[in-house]
Amino acid sequence: MEQSIWLALLSTGVVAGTPILFAALGEILTERAGILNLGVEGMMLVGAVTGFMVTMSTHNQWMGLLMAIVAGGLMALIHAFLSITLRANQVVSGLALTIFGTGLSGFLGKDLIGVPLTDTFKPIPIAGLSEIPWIGDILFKHDALVYISYGLIFILWFFLYRTKTGLELRAVGENPAAADAAGINVFAIRYACVIAGGMLAGAAGAYLSLAYAPSWLENMTAGRGWIAVALVIFGTWNPLRAFLGSFFFGTIDVMGFTMQTIGIQIPSFFLKMLPYIFTIAVLIVVTRETKTRRVASPEALSIPYNREER
Amino acid sequence: MGNSWFSRWHFEKRETTSNLVLVMVPVLSVVIGLIFTGLFIALTGKDPLEVYLLMFDGAFGSAYGISETIVKSIPLLICALGLSIAFRMQLWNIGAEGQLYMGAFGATWAALTFPDWPAYQLLPVMMVAGFLAGGLWGLLPAIPRAYFKVNETITTLLMNYIAILWVDYLVVGPWKDPKSFNFPISPQFTEGAILPTLGTSRIHMGLVFGVVVALLLYIVLNYTRWGFEIRVSGESPAAARYAGMNYVKNILLVMFISGGLAGLAGMTEVSAITQRLQHGISPGYGYSAIIIAWLARLHPAAIVLVSVIFGGMLVGGYSIQTSGFSSTTVSMLQGAILFFVVGGEIFVNYRLVRGEKGGK
Repeated sequence: MEQSIWLALLSTGVVAGTPILFAALGEILTERAGILNLGVEGMMLVGAVTGFMVTMSTHNQWMGLLMAIVAGGLMALIHAFLSITLRANQVVSGLALTIFGTGLSGFLGKDLIGVPLTDTFKPIPIAGLSEIPWIGDILFKHDALVYISYGLIFILWFFLYRTKTGLELRAVGENPAAADAAGINVFAIRYACVIAGGMLAGAAGAYLSLAYAPSWLENMTAGRGWIAVALVIFGTWNPLRAFLGSFFFGTIDVMGFTMQTIGIQIPSFFLKMLPYIFTIAVLIVVTRETKTRRVASPEALSIPYNREER
Repeated sequence: MGNSWFSRWHFEKRETTSNLVLVMVPVLSVVIGLIFTGLFIALTGKDPLEVYLLMFDGAFGSAYGISETIVKSIPLLICALGLSIAFRMQLWNIGAEGQLYMGAFGATWAALTFPDWPAYQLLPVMMVAGFLAGGLWGLLPAIPRAYFKVNETITTLLMNYIAILWVDYLVVGPWKDPKSFNFPISPQFTEGAILPTLGTSRIHMGLVFGVVVALLLYIVLNYTRWGFEIRVSGESPAAARYAGMNYVKNILLVMFISGGLAGLAGMTEVSAITQRLQHGISPGYGYSAIIIAWLARLHPAAIVLVSVIFGGMLVGGYSIQTSGFSSTTVSMLQGAILFFVVGGEIFVNYRLVRGEKGGK
């Protein structure tokens, strides 16, 4: 009995961490190329509402997911144009994207609030793997998108550290002038990474509205986009560590339910505060650590690249 | 080599920036923002022009509309002034929303603790309590920012959620009005806790606070050594340190004042508008204030003007709800305007030139 509660906690922790993971992987890609995109929250919301709308009209959640990815990419394109071509302040441009995305999603989803959805992503236990004690329960009894996120972690890691393009991408984020001199197309790589990052944020939003809590609510992301941005720092821009982080935050996110089940009486408001408090605490600890260790943010992060001042 | 589009057009540094450019960039941003949002409105089959006229009429078309516009512009003005100080130092405080809620909490504490006090005693105490609570909420993320360079954008934003949950807890928990029939509200404030208003309108003394703060800020920024320090620190922390300015102390102080002003805005809202603490006292004033400060190029006088326009946008947003639009349409509009403001910034220092790059 006792054991099953903890298993349930860790298992739902993986699910709750999945949207944060998708968004964080996208932001890792973006920041590795030297662009800071604080619009994750807004891109997720637009992804969530797009995924919901398209699934409702096509009765196909995969189509919903696809269009959410497209919508996230289009949102990111705005940020890419502002920050790469117009060399705008990336903090303010990202904030604008979040504010715009919050408004746009509310505008589009006005008549969808409280509408039930039947075509959702449902758990598919993986034969064999799900039989493994503990690990099977925690990792392999989820919906298809969770498995896709596992795959993405390794693909992104391999891409960043084991391919030539990955190396070039990191060079663009560290020293764009040197990369440019070496014949790498800084603008093309930055555009591609920002847009790909937005596509993943769109998928993250669709996970919320099509799998995690199939419905549409205004501001349903509830700060998860910001937690994802913090997670990138926690994960020191490394996809593998981002997974641990998302699992950690996902577990804290759902811990409230578990505490209520085992009879700990704490007002729900305080339980809802936990993910935010933990994120801030972790951010402080990790930032202090990165000063002493050799890992640091990409050197050129959030600095616009101006070819003429090379 | 970049693609041909990039090589045909390029930005050339301006020698000087005329005042016309400084004014035209934000003005055009608003116009293009309206057109951009209009495209989305048109997609829903409604006429954007009609929607905008409806908004304008709601905000400025009647005495009631104008007075409501001013009422909404008060918290926007006070928050945006506070944010502008932080932004000048390149401190990205986006926590005004939470700081406003904490200010409301502080002011409510005073109002509920000393209900029998007369207004001339209680109101100043509420103002101080609101300023302190908001200021401390701004100071908290400033400490790790000043000492360990912890990203203040993320921490201030996340603290908004905590502050809002805290107020939500208070109004259903310890401060719940026993006579409220389970509504999430605190008891109604006593007479001494309510800010005086202009005649029978809802326009209250917060307007005076806002204008006074704007004046003070203008004087401090332009005529004092500290104001000079803030501007230098923002442009170059290294230069500020070299000149013997205390960069760390200034971060803490600026974030305290920035949060304190948002807290003061929270005080005016609970004291004059809701007259009690309740769920959802702000429809996102703290977020709109970010856009206002930026659109006004952090200039106090311009912030006053832009706040009134944005107050009108909020009131206009309510009036289009009756024709089936979400209230969030306004934040879509505000976000779009901000896109064009940040995107247009480059035209302040550069101009777009066609042809081969000269010189180099």
